[in-house]
Amino acid sequence: MSGATIRRRGGARRTWWGSWAWFSALGLAVLLPWIIFDWRHGRHDGFAVALLTQTAIMSVFALSYNMLSGQSGLLSFGHAVFLGLPAYVTIHVMNAIAAGHLWIPEELLPLVGGISGLLFAALFGYPTTRQRATAFAMITFGIGELVTAAATMFQGFFGGEGGVTADRALNTSLLGLSYEPAIEVYYLALAWTVIAVVLMRLLARTPLGRMAEACRDNHERVRFLGYDPHGIRFCQFALSGFFAGIAGALYAMTYEIVTYDAVGATLSGNALFMTFIGGVGVFWGPIVGAVLVVIMQSWVGLVSNAWQIYVGVLFIAMVMYAPGGLAGLIVLHGPVWQEGRIQALLLSYARVALPGLLAVLGFVALVELGSSVMLGEHEKGAVRLFGGALDPASPWLWGGGAALLLIGGSIARRQGRALAARWALIAEGTSAG
Amino acid sequence: MELLLVSVLNGLLYGMLLFMLASGLTLIFSIMGVLNFAHASLYMLGAYFAYEISRRVGFWVALVIAPLLCGLLGALIETYGLRKAHRHGHVAELLFTFGLAFIVEKLVLMVWGPTAVPYRVPPELDFTLFSVYGTHVSAYRGFILLISAAMFAAIWLLLTRTRMGFVIQASLSHPDMVASLGHNVPRVFTTVFAGGAALAGLAGVIGGNYLVTEPAMAFSMGPIVFVVVVFGGLGSLAGCFIASLIMGFVQTFAVVLDISPADLLARLGVAVTPATPLAEVLRVPLPRIGPFLPFLLMVFMLLVRPRGLLGTRDT
Repeated sequence: MSGATIRRRGGARRTWWGSWAWFSALGLAVLLPWIIFDWRHGRHDGFAVALLTQTAIMSVFALSYNMLSGQSGLLSFGHAVFLGLPAYVTIHVMNAIAAGHLWIPEELLPLVGGISGLLFAALFGYPTTRQRATAFAMITFGIGELVTAAATMFQGFFGGEGGVTADRALNTSLLGLSYEPAIEVYYLALAWTVIAVVLMRLLARTPLGRMAEACRDNHERVRFLGYDPHGIRFCQFALSGFFAGIAGALYAMTYEIVTYDAVGATLSGNALFMTFIGGVGVFWGPIVGAVLVVIMQSWVGLVSNAWQIYVGVLFIAMVMYAPGGLAGLIVLHGPVWQEGRIQALLLSYARVALPGLLAVLGFVALVELGSSVMLGEHEKGAVRLFGGALDPASPWLWGGGAALLLIGGSIARRQGRALAARWALIAEGTSAG
Repeated sequence: MELLLVSVLNGLLYGMLLFMLASGLTLIFSIMGVLNFAHASLYMLGAYFAYEISRRVGFWVALVIAPLLCGLLGALIETYGLRKAHRHGHVAELLFTFGLAFIVEKLVLMVWGPTAVPYRVPPELDFTLFSVYGTHVSAYRGFILLISAAMFAAIWLLLTRTRMGFVIQASLSHPDMVASLGHNVPRVFTTVFAGGAALAGLAGVIGGNYLVTEPAMAFSMGPIVFVVVVFGGLGSLAGCFIASLIMGFVQTFAVVLDISPADLLARLGVAVTPATPLAEVLRVPLPRIGPFLPFLLMVFMLLVRPRGLLGTRDT
């Protein structure tokens, strides 16, 4: 698998800025609802809190996906199953608590999701993990389709088209919280995200995590050493299901409704996009991807109908030119940065970035123009692009966009080669080479 | 009897359509090792191209031009996309085609809108060929059968009678050896990919107006085609053909046979009441399980016999 080329670097060496970065990220996550505060009404900004909660859930989901794709080299196309099924279980448990059949503290509900995720993953995973590589990818794909088909078929558990709903105000909080305001759910989600991240980080350092990486790189050698690759893959799969299940429970608690979208192919695809855009080779890569995809989904989605095309193009660009993802690119610069040679690269970067930015601008213009022309019949309205209303029929706009894309792209490409040469020269002297 | 005959005909039709898609995918998968997620997208594009062309020029022109366009697109994808992604290994290739399928769907959604386009059967073929037990069989169905049979014969002759065919066949089972013998394997790759894309496009042209032309058609067809490829086995066109027909029959008969496990149990003398465990599962009639069956078959096949029906090596 691709593990050999995108191996994590310097994982064993703890640097002070490594933990510093984790704590500042956590601090930012705690403080952000107060930074983006709706002072006029004296309450939290609903959109921001919803966005942050979604980011937290998707981070756990993407990290759990990376336990398979990054650590174990198993490409799953049906990971949403292990978020969706536990979400269904959680929402049924929530209803049972509300009806008085059960008593579980609300803070521990994600554990319910996690355990059910573990069970589902163990059930589906035992036969699935006997295979690896493409066969594994196809079986997970098939299971994803199977469960989606089942979700539309069995009304009792899945609730049919309308899904299953619940009220998250259960009055079983250990902290005396009602969990009615979204901000309380956000902090609960954040707390569980921290727990899940720490656990996954620790798991990666256990012998199991190490052997999963060994299995990814050379499963025959692992077998030769006397380990059981199937057992290792199975354990990774089941544990990954546990963390995806935590994300699923948080999903159910946040949205208070679970439909078959939660097990569907779109969400499975999103796991892939987040993880590979962020980077599979670095532990925190999927978090970067989750933040980016959620931002694109909600912010870019607000202003553009074509946000999914941007996500798709970004994903393909990453797969083709930077298989290590964004995090891989960042980590690559670590050694150069530490030896203080980053200045020597800045000019080369500027030379790529400027035409590259123009090319991106041209591309966005073309896509937006196209989308406005095509949607013109369905949704009347002028094109708003870069702050002004424009006439989408004008050939100058199309020509300009195409010219920007072509000229900027070709210059960026040429400068990219120069940058690569310069990089090789500099990296020779450092450990990055 | 009437039901049986009509269902066999429908199953055959659907199976042949599946085979048109799956044959290309099997060749691509076997030779290049790439599970092409975008294969069904080319099928969709074929249907949309045919719609646009037949609207302007005519169906018969579309029948020729649209598959050629898809073939060209396939060649471009292979040369400028897959080959680059290949440097980063099979996973990158798989992800590339997945991303591509995603983008194509969104683009089609953007260009042609979310609802089905009125791509219709050409009026020349829109008449009743013959009737069986009161069920009319349209000439277009006969046409689909004719085209797919012709295509099957063409592939067969191409693979067994031409030099290129021999090289492709050899690449199926021994790709490394073919390269060692000095054949231009990248060109074989491009040819196979373009050919597969053209076949998918052809399936889109004749299937788009028979079924429906909408942005979701790729994602509803794609998984079934995967199932066929896995079920039939890697490196075997014959296995692919049998699997296509099996899936075609399974899909058609599942729709017409209105029975449930509960009915079968009732025949054995066991009555299913709401109190029986799993009553909801047992009472689901077969037509509703229809979309479910292919995946069940695939998962089962991969677990029991990972190389598929007639496959020569493991997936």
